[in-house]
Amino acid sequence: MVTEPLSTGGVAPVAFREPGPIARSWDAVFSFTRRKPLGAFGGAIVVLLVAVAIGAPVFAPYAPLENNQAVALKGPSLASIDGTFPHLAGTDQFGRDVFSRVVYGAQTSLYIGVLVTVVSTIPALALGVASAFFGGWVDYFLQRFVDTVQAVPYLILLIAIMVVLGPSFINVVFALSFRRAVTESRVLRGSTLGLMNQTYIEAARATGATNGRIMLRHLVPNLVPLLIVLSSTAFAGVILSEASLSFLGYGVPPPRPSWGGMLAADGRAFMYAAPWMLIAPTLALAIVVFGVNMFGDALRDVLDPRLRGAR
Amino acid sequence: MYYPPTTGDGGTTGSRMAKYIMRRLVGLIPTLLLLLFLVVVLIDLIPGDIVDLMLAERTGSNDETARAALEEQLGLTQPLPIRYVEYTSRALRGDLGASLWTQRPVTELIAGRAWASIEIGLLSILLGSVSGVMIGAVSAVRQDGWLDYVLRSVSILGISVPTFAIATAVVVLPAIWWGTAPSLRYVGFSEAPWAHIKIIMLPAVVLAIGLSATVMRLTRTTMLEVLRQDYIRTAHAKGVAEQSVVFRHALKNAMIPVVTVLGLQVAFLIGGSVIVESVFAIPGVGRLLLSAISNRDYPIVQGVVLVIGVFVMVTNLLVDVSYAWLDPRIRYS
Repeated sequence: MVTEPLSTGGVAPVAFREPGPIARSWDAVFSFTRRKPLGAFGGAIVVLLVAVAIGAPVFAPYAPLENNQAVALKGPSLASIDGTFPHLAGTDQFGRDVFSRVVYGAQTSLYIGVLVTVVSTIPALALGVASAFFGGWVDYFLQRFVDTVQAVPYLILLIAIMVVLGPSFINVVFALSFRRAVTESRVLRGSTLGLMNQTYIEAARATGATNGRIMLRHLVPNLVPLLIVLSSTAFAGVILSEASLSFLGYGVPPPRPSWGGMLAADGRAFMYAAPWMLIAPTLALAIVVFGVNMFGDALRDVLDPRLRGAR
Repeated sequence: MYYPPTTGDGGTTGSRMAKYIMRRLVGLIPTLLLLLFLVVVLIDLIPGDIVDLMLAERTGSNDETARAALEEQLGLTQPLPIRYVEYTSRALRGDLGASLWTQRPVTELIAGRAWASIEIGLLSILLGSVSGVMIGAVSAVRQDGWLDYVLRSVSILGISVPTFAIATAVVVLPAIWWGTAPSLRYVGFSEAPWAHIKIIMLPAVVLAIGLSATVMRLTRTTMLEVLRQDYIRTAHAKGVAEQSVVFRHALKNAMIPVVTVLGLQVAFLIGGSVIVESVFAIPGVGRLLLSAISNRDYPIVQGVVLVIGVFVMVTNLLVDVSYAWLDPRIRYS
């Protein structure tokens, strides 16, 4: 496609100009907002999540691990204690500022969400495309493997993987990516089977393209839109899974703040004495998952024309 | 002359169905063998010498006889392929080993805990699917009305708030507002039936919320699709009452994908029941698993993962087979 303005052959260009890339993307945002107001609201929450996560040191009045026994288990208040910044969401049993921990918890959620989405893509593609492309025994065994993994409920599988790997941030990413890659490979396999019947695959084969070339140059690029849709709808699930895992004590190890972890055994031990320790992380989690869900749904409707009629 | 519905290879629908079920059952075998392998290999994958770890935790000492006995009990004296064959043949005979600490058979432990989990699971499926289908149908019929918006927003909220947060809130909020918390002391049905039902109800409702929201969204989407079909227009045109169109013509046909999702949700519910059992202190299979993990009681962990895996596989098979009754158009191939 020609993106540069066409030469007008010496005649001074008319005032009308193609909108630049920035103007065009603003247009896209506006039309998305008009068509999908709830989705745009969700998108705003996602933007807020990213801003808070990246700017955590700016937004958080305290360091997330800063202990201060003098103010342990204080309720939320706007009043300052000894001239320090007020503890907006209260403090926990170590006197750590709950609000600051929620802000840093956004970092944990976002990083895990993004890492898992990115990391799981490659094995999901490899598994799904290879299974469909080679068919026969390869497909049979790969699909039985997928069956087996899916037969174990996701949370139990994740716990089992975490027990084997031991608690660490990276292992949480690995466990969640593994599960997501396996689930997604099934969908990608289905779509690849559909693509394999297309004439251009036949044409590529006729021109002597190797298997690898057909998979990488012809199949994978055509799966990218589907991948984007899958990622946008699965992102919330990843954040929830991490929170559930941390809640049960098999997720991101303390003291790193994680919303799920803040609701875990520690938080529940004080749930009657200091319920505010639970309220802020629950709200944060609910708002973010809500926003990501709304945004993902709207994005899917806009990006996937097959579902457009279902609005 | 009557021609029975035939299939490509000449069999009737019934025999074709039987063949399909047979093939699916045979198809379960490799999956089951693979699951058994994963369960056996679980012990090898755990880093470090687990015998050392367990001895240290158990006795604090490291004497040779205790060590040998423990290795024997875990079967670690044998190489992996032999252990696999042994575990598989024992499992097929219904022997999943014994707890390392109490020496009680794993099957007995699981059977003792299964009832509470099954009760909660069934109750939440019932509550979640019935409410989800009803709300979804209403939402579809009133598409883009204010009621539709409210119901959809509530359902997305239901999906967004994690089970453990709802469960915790159910326990904490009454304590803050009214100074009382729901009782978390489990009683069996035979001891006190009414108290038992009250205890089971709360976790079942909490689990049902997420399910209901999922079912609601799916019912709404498929209902909207079905409501656009020609036969619905025909029904309207020939003057069938609105209620009858919605319930007899549309909802019935919209149920097929809903059943699929219900089947898939079984695995999801089992994961969720680990959480509610942990929050509400219900002695179910989920808590058995969590406590077995923290006690390093690996035969129990293996047994629970295996039993749950088989349960999910069988459920999925039943869901696939049940399509035939729901939708005679579906061909098994």
